[in-house]
Amino acid sequence: MKSKIAIAFDNCKKEKRPALITYTVAGDNTKNNSLKILNKISKHADILELGFAHNTPIADGGQIQGSSHRALKNGIKLKDVFQIVKNFKKNNPSKPIILMGYFNLIYQNGENNFLKNCKSSGVDGLIIVDLPYPENKNFANKCKRKSINFIQLLSPTTSKDRMKKIIRDSHDMIYYISMLSTTGGKLKVAPRKILENYKKIKRLNSNKNLVIGFGITNKTISSLKTADGLVVGSQLCKTITDSIKKRQNPVTKLDKLVYSLKNNIL
Amino acid sequence: MMKIKKGIQLIDQHDKNYMYGGKFGGNFIPETLKKPIDDLTKLFAKLRKDKKFLKERDYHFKNYIGEPTPFIKLENLTEHLRGPQIYAKVVSEANGGAHKIYNATVHCLIAKRAGKKYIVGDTGAGYAGKMLSMAAKKFGLKCKIFMGAKDIKRQRPNVEAMKKNGAEIVSVTTGSQTLVDAVSECMRYWVSNCDTTHMCVGSTVGPNIFIKICAWSTAQISRELIKQVREEFGKIPNKLKLINCVGGGSSAAGFWNEFMDTHAQFIGVEAGGPRNSKLHAAPLTNGSKIGILHGAAQYVIQDKEGQIGSTKSISAGLDYPGISPLHCFLKDTKRASYTSASDEEALKAYQLVSKLENISPSLEPSHAFAEAIKLAPKLKSSEVIIVNSCGDSLKDKDIIKQKLGSYIR
Repeated sequence: MKSKIAIAFDNCKKEKRPALITYTVAGDNTKNNSLKILNKISKHADILELGFAHNTPIADGGQIQGSSHRALKNGIKLKDVFQIVKNFKKNNPSKPIILMGYFNLIYQNGENNFLKNCKSSGVDGLIIVDLPYPENKNFANKCKRKSINFIQLLSPTTSKDRMKKIIRDSHDMIYYISMLSTTGGKLKVAPRKILENYKKIKRLNSNKNLVIGFGITNKTISSLKTADGLVVGSQLCKTITDSIKKRQNPVTKLDKLVYSLKNNIL
Repeated sequence: MMKIKKGIQLIDQHDKNYMYGGKFGGNFIPETLKKPIDDLTKLFAKLRKDKKFLKERDYHFKNYIGEPTPFIKLENLTEHLRGPQIYAKVVSEANGGAHKIYNATVHCLIAKRAGKKYIVGDTGAGYAGKMLSMAAKKFGLKCKIFMGAKDIKRQRPNVEAMKKNGAEIVSVTTGSQTLVDAVSECMRYWVSNCDTTHMCVGSTVGPNIFIKICAWSTAQISRELIKQVREEFGKIPNKLKLINCVGGGSSAAGFWNEFMDTHAQFIGVEAGGPRNSKLHAAPLTNGSKIGILHGAAQYVIQDKEGQIGSTKSISAGLDYPGISPLHCFLKDTKRASYTSASDEEALKAYQLVSKLENISPSLEPSHAFAEAIKLAPKLKSSEVIIVNSCGDSLKDKDIIKQKLGSYIR
């Protein structure tokens, strides 16, 4: 049976456009709002990444750190994250959700227990920032057995040999990090250059869904739209930060932003 | 059962996943850092066997850092406590005033070999940063130091020194604004700049290669000490305790390394924090669970969920929620034992040693002296205690004055 993630990519390919993938942090700026945000933006986005916050992140930029900080201050726990997913899935059963975070939370929760919770709440995939290949082999296999996608990451520093191995062991989606940066850095590489690298990876296996993330905003997204999918995260987090400062409703602000992101890739 | 092997360097006793005892260490890092870390791992493996590189290291250890650092008997303290013979390895006499200079120097030499022009590092007490800025200046590298905003305030003398050495100090205002956040921020910076920049982790923590380089560098302390001990006693005394403070654990790893296969007893002293506080920086003493922090599995202060916990210690250099995977391994194999000293005990120890002796330990080694003072009444005069006095109190002048009303040195 095809995974919901694979189906989402198929649908976008039929429409000849990249999949729009959003990233928000569970519990930002409140537990309720983060569910409301997911419900709203899922009308425009094809796949939703949901961060589970860690207080010692080693690869996140300022914007996502800010969102994680707010979520943790609100007392967000893993069980709340799963509850948010569960509630979201009640109304949107076919929309894929990917949880993203750091390994220590899974380690403390217990790998099997964590996956059981993923399964029962309806999580479709996982991105674990600090569990690279090949150290992730064991856990990635566990995910596969539970029909949960383990999403491998590739970066500009990944060697060709390594890429081949990672791609061979990947599931329905691979994430290409556009540049040497933490999340939300300014796009310091020309989109043309990013796409060049992107095509090189696609040539290794054109069947795999390869998405680009890091540094993508509504200003730059259209220049990358030949990719299979594009991830926007920090701009969403920043929009929440800004709307709190201006006492605006973050839910409507994000709805508008994701709507415009979608229009930019049509 | 977890076992330590004889005849193999401690840093090399990991499996193919770079785990010690199958449980501690490893490389829990973002994909972007895989290649720079692989490159560094290969380069270091080569350099360790490169006679020219070793000669260069030894030359700088001798002429730049100064070797050997003194090994002295603390006659007055010994007499005062009426117990064992108490000695100090005065590592604070090394150039710059602490053991951090060994790691900093080696990292600069490696950065040069790797063709990197920039070097970045983290610092808590400011020693790692001060030494890295010193060494960077000497070896012609541009240097950036990440330091928690809270530590910048409480370790002013070292901050001034870094500035004088021409380093850029990045004030880290996230989280607790101490060492843990400085290390995170430094790693994040490296993720973005790993193509041009070499990273120096200031202690035996982080991804495996940084643990290795650091412990390999500080091992100089025990290379000197084992000779000095043999000269003084004609052999390694039958009952010998080597006491060292542990935060990240770099000075203890270096202080013990050459004695690993001997009968010498190792005692690590963690920061117990204020006497009446629940907060501390002593994950080994207080039974913290294994977790992942800064790229490595280790005992770490954390909550049930896996969020890293707050710490508290009067000593900025020990104020870290984790501990080197090497020390986790030494603890679980029972090769070393670990305990803690409170802020108050450390202050008292500082005061006593500074009053009686010609040395004045900083608040970090004062934790080790506190344990020596605690143990002394139970030990015979034939027994020997050596404390690693790995820092000088001058950097803690402000804190000591505030806590005790006056500062003596």
